[in-house]
Amino acid sequence: MTIFSDIGRYLLMIKGMFSKPENGKMYWKEFMHQCAEIGVGSLGIVAIISVFIGAVSTIQTAYQLVSPLIPPSTIAQIVRDTVILEFAPTLVCIVLAGVAGSRIASELGNMRVSEQIDALEIMGINTKGYLIMPKIAAALLMIPLLVIIAMALGIWGGRLAGSMANILSGSVYDRGLLESFVPYNVIFALIKSYVFAFIISSVPAFFGYFVQGGALEIGRASTKAVVVSCIAILFSDYVLSALLL
Amino acid sequence: MIEVKNIQKKFGDKTVIQDVSAVMKAGQCNLIIGASGSGKTVLMKCMVGLFVPDEGEILYHGQNFTSMDTKAKTEVRKEIGMLFQGSALFDSLTVEQNVMFPLDMFTNWPVKKKLERVNEVLNRVNLVEANRKYPAELSGGMKKRVALARAIVLNPKYLFCDEPNSGLDPQTSLVIDKLIKEITIEYNITTVVNTHDMNSVMEIGDYILYMYQGNKEWEGTNREIIFSKNQRLNDFIFASEFLKDAKDMRMLEETGQIPNHRNMDLLIEKDIPPIIPPSKEG
Repeated sequence: MTIFSDIGRYLLMIKGMFSKPENGKMYWKEFMHQCAEIGVGSLGIVAIISVFIGAVSTIQTAYQLVSPLIPPSTIAQIVRDTVILEFAPTLVCIVLAGVAGSRIASELGNMRVSEQIDALEIMGINTKGYLIMPKIAAALLMIPLLVIIAMALGIWGGRLAGSMANILSGSVYDRGLLESFVPYNVIFALIKSYVFAFIISSVPAFFGYFVQGGALEIGRASTKAVVVSCIAILFSDYVLSALLL
Repeated sequence: MIEVKNIQKKFGDKTVIQDVSAVMKAGQCNLIIGASGSGKTVLMKCMVGLFVPDEGEILYHGQNFTSMDTKAKTEVRKEIGMLFQGSALFDSLTVEQNVMFPLDMFTNWPVKKKLERVNEVLNRVNLVEANRKYPAELSGGMKKRVALARAIVLNPKYLFCDEPNSGLDPQTSLVIDKLIKEITIEYNITTVVNTHDMNSVMEIGDYILYMYQGNKEWEGTNREIIFSKNQRLNDFIFASEFLKDAKDMRMLEETGQIPNHRNMDLLIEKDIPPIIPPSKEG
């Protein structure tokens, strides 16, 4: 029964976000702040992960493609599609669920426990609108951008690893990237990243906003938020792949 | 003025507040006192709308707050300032930004005017040269003063203070009490203070509501509390020997006699002679 009441509260929280802002400028300021926190704040880890994912993909693909009948440019094709379809949106978003999601849950949880949310409520501010909405909006803007950056860096990381390990030259890799390219894959990856962005921001916001207790509960809420977000991301990844591919 | 009419609040099967009524007037400090778990915080949260009472009404200047729609409640809340037990300052904002926050949210004033108002209220709470500091850099007393400044920056009609002295030393507590009292009179605010600090009760309690296990046990002024014969109230207020002595002294001052023999045995046992005041003739 708890799961149903939690889903109900989650939906009511989402509904409660939509009201006329008390002051548009303050909401905009909070939105920009969240864009910086979620986008710029996560850029470093996303870049590092993406480069290494691309590099490892190239090396492992080359390791498995031992047949002389398969041209080396196929490695680039496989790396490209793997990075675009799965690694950039899904893996990066799982990492972001840990980085940005836990931060959102902790921030809201701390605000709840230290009565900062109550203070805002008493001022007459719609706290769901002011605290949660900008986070979700910022995630919807910044996470797809991070995923695009992850795609580019992942593919570049693959090229770098291919050259450095003498698996295939840069020109062969570039030629492989252009072969059998399906633009829809990028669109599919972006659709996934939008869905994941909503999950990464709204699920931790729910766990943080409704936390009860003290510091221990904030930690638990944060962990729970990351776990539930990761499961939701993987489940929706499966559903979207089944529906859209 | 705030009127509380027959408020009842339950959490599950447990009744936390049972049929509590009170009238809290403007320009005076109205204190809700009681032991931990007596329901005073829940009552205050019902009054400000953080909890919805199961039964009863809260009236702000005759307007029924409990039956208002969200928009009307928001309008009333703009006239409410609240000082929280833990100060509830925004960690990521400086003192100046914390106090300016309600002005940023609800006014279209130019920055210069907002800064003037912020400095005015910070001066009012005797907090200068702390504008650029973050809450983590402040002492408990300073945090309370910043929170008080934030609560009054929009000139509220109602001020709620939830245990304003918790975690403060007695001297700082007195400073905060004095500030609350002065601000209440100066701006003619209806102030509601939730406390179990006996100094506050005696210093600023214009009206005192004593809660016991969710019920209104006693109400009166800080003068009347001295003469109350309510045993539960006396046990709660004058819990220590020191406070009992203080009560006796106050009664002696007021009436010229002490209606108990609490210290007589001690005097006889120690063979202490009675103190005879020196005659004016010398």
